[in-house]
Parts: sequence; structure tokens; C-alpha cells
Amino acid sequence: MMNRPGLSRGVLIVYGLYLLLPLYWLLSMSLRSNADIQGSFSLLPPTLTLANFAEIFSNPVWYEGFANSLSYVAINTLISLAVAIPAAYAFSRYRFLGDKQLFFWLLTNRMAPPAVFLLPFFQLYSAVGLFDTPLAVALAHCLFTVPLAVWILEGFFSGVPTELDEMAQIDGHSFLYFFMRVFLPINRGAIGVTLFFCFMFSWVELLLARTLSGASSKPIVVVMTRTVSASGVDWGLLAAAGVLTVLPGVLVVWFVRKDLVKGFALGRVS
Amino acid sequence: MSWMAWTLPTAIFFTAIGLALVGLTVLEVYRPTERVRGFLPMATTRGDRFFISLLSAAFIHLLWLGLMDKGLLVVSGVSAVWAALLMRWG
Amino acid sequence: MSSFKPKNNRAWLGVLPVLLIVAFSAVIPLMTVVNYSVQDILDFNSRFFVGFEWYQQTLKDPRFVDAFLRQVVFSLTILAIEVPLGVAVAKGIPKDSRFTSLILILLALPLLIPWNVVGTIWQVFARPDIGLLGWTVNALGIPYNYTAEPLHAWLTLVAMDVWHWTSLIALLAFAGLTSIPTPFYQAAELDGASRWQVFRYVEMPRLQGVLIIGVLLRLMDSFMIYTEPFVLTGGGPGNATTMLSQHLATMAVGQFDLGPAAAFSVIYFLFILLFCWIFYTSVVRSDDE
Repeated sequence: MMNRPGLSRGVLIVYGLYLLLPLYWLLSMSLRSNADIQGSFSLLPPTLTLANFAEIFSNPVWYEGFANSLSYVAINTLISLAVAIPAAYAFSRYRFLGDKQLFFWLLTNRMAPPAVFLLPFFQLYSAVGLFDTPLAVALAHCLFTVPLAVWILEGFFSGVPTELDEMAQIDGHSFLYFFMRVFLPINRGAIGVTLFFCFMFSWVELLLARTLSGASSKPIVVVMTRTVSASGVDWGLLAAAGVLTVLPGVLVVWFVRKDLVKGFALGRVS
Repeated sequence: MSWMAWTLPTAIFFTAIGLALVGLTVLEVYRPTERVRGFLPMATTRGDRFFISLLSAAFIHLLWLGLMDKGLLVVSGVSAVWAALLMRWG
Repeated sequence: MSSFKPKNNRAWLGVLPVLLIVAFSAVIPLMTVVNYSVQDILDFNSRFFVGFEWYQQTLKDPRFVDAFLRQVVFSLTILAIEVPLGVAVAKGIPKDSRFTSLILILLALPLLIPWNVVGTIWQVFARPDIGLLGWTVNALGIPYNYTAEPLHAWLTLVAMDVWHWTSLIALLAFAGLTSIPTPFYQAAELDGASRWQVFRYVEMPRLQGVLIIGVLLRLMDSFMIYTEPFVLTGGGPGNATTMLSQHLATMAVGQFDLGPAAAFSVIYFLFILLFCWIFYTSVVRSDDE
């Protein structure tokens, strides 16, 4: 089987093209003026312009949208990791009363459609006075990022031999010292991947973010759905914003490339 | 808490589930369950069977509500019998 | 989770923070949804208990049944395309060439794009006036307009989901394929196994575990798809591409029908719970083996 059949290589190449064409088109749109977009159809931009990007960086509605999104994503990621790390350690090292049930229940929250929680979240966060703050969206996103983080981290932690824990005990270190100085540094790769996934899933969510934010904390995903004005859709601007939202993921992916698949599989493949 | 809009029936429902969970936990401490193989295609613990009972009761009720109009009590009875069968021989 | 672990109930301390935060963001809201679902709520001071009326109404509502059927057809369609295609793509990835990493990252690209941007990308790509795909198809003499024709909207939606998620299956399948030791292939070659036999008896058993994960993740995630069709078609033309989540969101925040929307939510959640339980049972089972 060393000489692989050409057929599956062909599938890969065709699929690769299918993958890249829409991306090329987004990029190429973002570099055109609206007059060029609406004008005659052409594969390459007739004239390159950075006006769309300049508009985003100079218009407060746009850059504040980015800032709002980043602030709730950052809060969410911090909360998720802080609570998920001890929990994943407990799940990976011990059996305890109700552990399997708890683990399953966490999974149901990762899988629950955000639309189901729309109604009560709106009431809940209005009742506690958090509506229209980044904290509301951050907490709401914990619904799926916390379970995601626990599942992924549990998968990684289970792969670390328990002899390590025992050795630290024999050396007379306190548990806290071992955990902070030995265990976490060893697992920094795993924590990096988890961070990436919490970031990703909070960054891409639209429904809850839109419902829980009013005028003062409008996230970028919402700003993007409102590029429709009286004069029609501003396609160039929309494409430029699209390119900018894709960038963070693309920039970080190189660092977590090794464990990406495991993250997407909820930590279930080695 | 007014936004949660509690009613007596739903309060009873959630209290019952809460009590059942407490009961299962206590029982687990004094008489730990074992994974056993019954008529279900996989080995289950007591908690698993309890969960399957609840979920199937929910779907039996939904099915009835979608197809029929009257006689919901009969369906609840059927669900209860099914749950008892599951807990004992599932 | 393997079962050779010491028993220690103090481990609960580690789990407690997660429990509290998820209880706040899941248990309280779910109880609230159940409460709403059995009442007619005008405002929170005047509400009436109506029993299972909203459930009955929802289950017999043709719009709900249509959205549900649409959802099932959509989920099954994308599974039927993405799973075989993903495996085929994975088989084409060279196992140890210097391009392997590059190809894997390229494949992962669509997975890293915000979901609303996926919608935007396909919007600009498929529009007949300014999109590369839409323009080309029309130039070839095939009339195509996804904003007006239900069938075209469907095809575009499926094409978008295939573009967005086939990579996940491909990456999982690739992980499964690389775990097969080379001697397995050599042994099969010595036995004179055909290419199909190698796939069926050497590769398939190794792929089973990862594919179960992939299929169930795709099933559940496609069942709650919202953002991409919302941006691409807005559920139209008409209601042709309105899936469950969008129907629910319209009821809940568009029309503010608390009772019916809550009953809808409970039914929706029960289905997800069922899928989830199947997922968990099959994953735990393959972990135990």
C-alpha cells in the first residue's frame, strides 16, 4: 500500500480547491471598492484598495465591536480555565460518587442548542442586572465552554502517568506545590489547546451574544449583521470585517496544530 | 425570583426529581450498585436505568401528546410500569 | 475515563466550582423553561397554568413539524456527504511528507472561522451578481439564484456545511488511519488483499472509534445550526431553510411567545439529550474496550 492510489490524492486536491476558492473570494472582495464590486465581474480585483480596512480601523462602531467581543471572550476564557482545570484533574485521577453522571451532564450542556436557553437567559441576566455587559455574555458562554474545557483537559490529563503524582508525594512536596509547579507546566500544551477552543467557540457564537448585548456592548458579530443600509449591503466592508475576524484563529492555529484534532474530538482521540 | 414563574405542579415535579437524586445517592453510599446486564443491550447501573426511565417516560408522553388528545393519566401509568420494569430487569 | 483509579470523594472539591457555574447557567434556566412551558404568561403578575396545552399545540403545529423534518433531512444529508468525503480526503493525505502539517492546517482553516463569517463568505461567494460561484454557474447557462429558489438555497446551504465541517471528519479519520501500524498493511499485502479488502478489514476497524465520535458530533452540532443559515438565507426564501433553532429564536425573541417557545425548547432539548446519551454510551464503551 506504499504506492497510494491516485484516486484519493485527486479527491484531496479537488477538495482543497473547493476549500480555498471561497476564502480567496472573501479576501479579493475585501480589497475592492464597492464601485468595482458592483461593476463588471472580474476574477482579480481591478484596482487594489485598503479603504475597507481603513474604514474599520477608523470607525468607532467597528473597532469598539472588536473590543467588546474580545472583552467577553477574554473573561469567558479565564473563568472557563480557572474552574475546568481542577475539575478535569479530579475526573482524571479519582473515582468519586456520581462522577460518571456528572461528566455526562456536563456533556449535555456542550451539546444543548443555545436557542433553548435564549428565553431564560434574557430574563435571568436582566433580573440580576447584568444585561448589556460583557460579563453576561461571558457567563452565558460558560454554558458550553466550561464543559468543553473539562472534556478536553480530562482527555489530556488522563494521558499523564499517575507515577508523577506519587513521586511528588514521596519527595515531600505539598499538593499545591506539585500542582502549580509540576503538573500545570507539564500540561501547558493541553492548556494552550483548551484556551484556544474556549476562545474559538466564544468568538464564533452569535445568538446569545446578540440577545444579551444592547446598544453599549455590541459585539463584532452583531455589527457585521448590520452592514445593510439604505443604499444596500456594503460588501467590501463586510468582506474586510470577515477577513479580520478570521485572522486571530489563523494566527494561533500554528501553535496548537499538534493537538487540534484532539480538541475538536473533545479530547477523545490520541 | 418572580421571573422564574414557579407553579405548584412544576415545583412538585422538580422536588420529586431532586429527592430521587438524593435517594439514589444515599442508596449508593450504603448499597453500591453494580453494572449488570438485563434486557437492555448494554450493562447499566442503577443511575443509568433511572435516567433511561425518565427519558423514555418523557418521549412516551410526547408521542401521546402529538397523536392523541385525552387519557394522559393512562400514559403516565404506562410510563410508570415501564420505569419499574427497567429498574428491576433492565 | 478508565476505571483503575483510586476512590476519593474529596475529589468533589475540585469539581465544585464547575458545578456551581454550570448550575447557574444551565439548571436555573432549564427549570425556568419548564415553568414557562406550562403557563400562559401575559406578564409575570398575570399568568395561568395551562398544563400540557403548549406541548400539544407545538407538536401539532405544522410549522414545527416542517422545521423538524427539514432539520432531520438536512442533518442526514450533510452526514451522508461529509462522512464518506471526509474519509476519502483523509486517505489522500500523505502520512509523512513535509507537506503533511501544511495540508492538515489548510484543512483545519474552515473550522477556525467564526460561524457568521462562514455565512458571509458563502453569501459573497454564491450571489449571482457578485459571487464567483453564482456568477460562474449563471455564465455556464444554468439559472441559479439562492435567494429566490428554495432548491438553490438548500443546495447552497448543504455546500456551505460540507465546506465548513468535512474537514473535521477528515482530520479525525486521518488520526485514526495514522494509528494503524505499517505491519498491518504489509501482512494484508502478503495475503494478496484487494484495495477494498484492506479498507474493509484493516482500516475500517481502526476508523470505527473516531468515526462514531465524528458522526455524533456532526449530528448534534448540525441539529442546532443557527448562525450560518441565518446569515446566508435568513431562513428563506419563505421558510424553505428555517431550521429548528431559527424557528425557536423567532418565537422567543421575535414574537416573545414565552409559553409556546418554552414548550418548543423542552421538546428540542429532550431530543438533544437522547443523542447525547447515545454519544456518551458509545464513547464510554469504546474507552472501556
